[in-house]
Amino acid sequence: MNWIRKNIIMIVGLLVLFYMFIPVFVVIALSFNEPKSRLTYTFDKFTFDNWLHPCSGAEAMCPAVMVSLKIGLISTIGATILGTLMAYALMRYRFRGKGVANLLLFLPMASPEVVLGSSLLTLFVSASFPLGFWTILIAHIMFCLSFVVVTVKARLAGMDPRLEQAAMDLYANEWQTFRRITLPLLAPGIASAALLSFSLSFDDFIVTNFNSGSTVTFPMFVWGSAQRGIPPQVNVIGSAVFLIALAIVVLGQIIGARKRKALAA
Amino acid sequence: MTSKKWVPYLLLAPGALWLALFFLTPMFNLGATSLYDPSGSLETGYVMNGHVGNYVDALSEYWPQFLRSFTFAAIATVLALIIAYPLAYAIALKSGQWKNILLILVIAPFFTSFLLRTLAWTAILGDNSSFVHFLQNIHILPEGGRILATPFAVVMGLTYNFLPFMTLPLFTSLEKVDPRLIEAAGDLYSKPFNGFHRVVLPLSMPGVVAGTLLTFIPASGDYINAQLLGGIKDTTMIGNVIDRAFLERGAYPTAAALSFLLMAAIVILVASYVKRAGTDELV
Repeated sequence: MNWIRKNIIMIVGLLVLFYMFIPVFVVIALSFNEPKSRLTYTFDKFTFDNWLHPCSGAEAMCPAVMVSLKIGLISTIGATILGTLMAYALMRYRFRGKGVANLLLFLPMASPEVVLGSSLLTLFVSASFPLGFWTILIAHIMFCLSFVVVTVKARLAGMDPRLEQAAMDLYANEWQTFRRITLPLLAPGIASAALLSFSLSFDDFIVTNFNSGSTVTFPMFVWGSAQRGIPPQVNVIGSAVFLIALAIVVLGQIIGARKRKALAA
Repeated sequence: MTSKKWVPYLLLAPGALWLALFFLTPMFNLGATSLYDPSGSLETGYVMNGHVGNYVDALSEYWPQFLRSFTFAAIATVLALIIAYPLAYAIALKSGQWKNILLILVIAPFFTSFLLRTLAWTAILGDNSSFVHFLQNIHILPEGGRILATPFAVVMGLTYNFLPFMTLPLFTSLEKVDPRLIEAAGDLYSKPFNGFHRVVLPLSMPGVVAGTLLTFIPASGDYINAQLLGGIKDTTMIGNVIDRAFLERGAYPTAAALSFLLMAAIVILVASYVKRAGTDELV
């Protein structure tokens, strides 16, 4: 009894964590499912087929995954470069208009996705810009940008500015200092910003739905099939993305711990 | 640090330009669209005549959905705060060497697609699921009672889906709390609850404010949960209305007015909330 009372917060915390994982377990379980009919979404029979042949039986799914990967990759590169430059300017320089820049970055994060998506739609429609791959890409870079800036800024805030000052004292110019000192130290922050960008883009439904025209991304495919019956292969993609992302994060942690150890030794 | 004044502007320019073009301009466009003559259509084109009546129409027809969205989002936010606080507290102050692993575990579920997780809840809460049968057997739920397609399911989905947005800011502010302050409160004969109430809770307020905003804003505009977990009638949220008005009915002026009203309502709510809660450093 005493042990429970002493650790009650940890116990409650772990229960909450378990609750957060329940749907993940269901997604993984359903990826091994052989449903009786297209319209049931309950576990019927165990099979490896979905994992062995993810593209057969759900013909439109794999092209949609490819579209999402492409958009995710390009918008991550775009948002990460633009966002890192912005974060660096905001943290390392004093200049007029910083408050305005901060507000411009905060507002998209404080806007509901329906508003972001629908307002972009009105812009594209009134400019007669055809909806599709490019409009999705434009939208994704836009909403990923603020999250990149926040993440990179946090890393910059934790960095000792004296390291950069020392480089300058040793006659490195600004570009050399950025390239040789700041960028390597900033790399983990940039990497997590990129990972965040990619998962935001790959997973986005609402903004994409307004601006996709006839282009189908993976979430759009899932949404469409939710009405017609969900093929179990969809859960294979969901589980695979989960496992890959988890592996990347864990690997990043291990590399980080190794580096810290090497520095301490 | 530098003598060249233009450097920061050069660094900011590409990103700022992107946001100006694809965030600010669309907002103005949305505002303009909301004032078009509603008798036009996408095919025939719209006439701009400052038709403020779109707002009157939008509000008089859809105020129940507005009200419902904010109610659902508010309940989900409070529930998420209650659920996330112990988790954030445990990770920040009780986890020791397990901190990083637990943090990864908080984020990990959200690497699975939002839609797939919500669809997983439809399987868990569906009418033939073992969970619902269990609740019926122990008479928490009446015979033939449902969870799916009820307001309860939608609120539950909203609560679940935005949990990390609540947990992470709470964790960030709780991590800054010096555990010695809690010990000091105990040394001064404060009861554990008082120590929490007087010391930890006030120190974690920035996290509470940030977390509630980050949960409430996306929850009030969301329509995925209402669509997948809700029913036909009393679960429709304003996001569903906006989505259908734009994409199915093509009623752009009304839809734009609704979208603009949602944004305005949220800006007002957020501003007054931040002012009352007294954390101006949020931006």
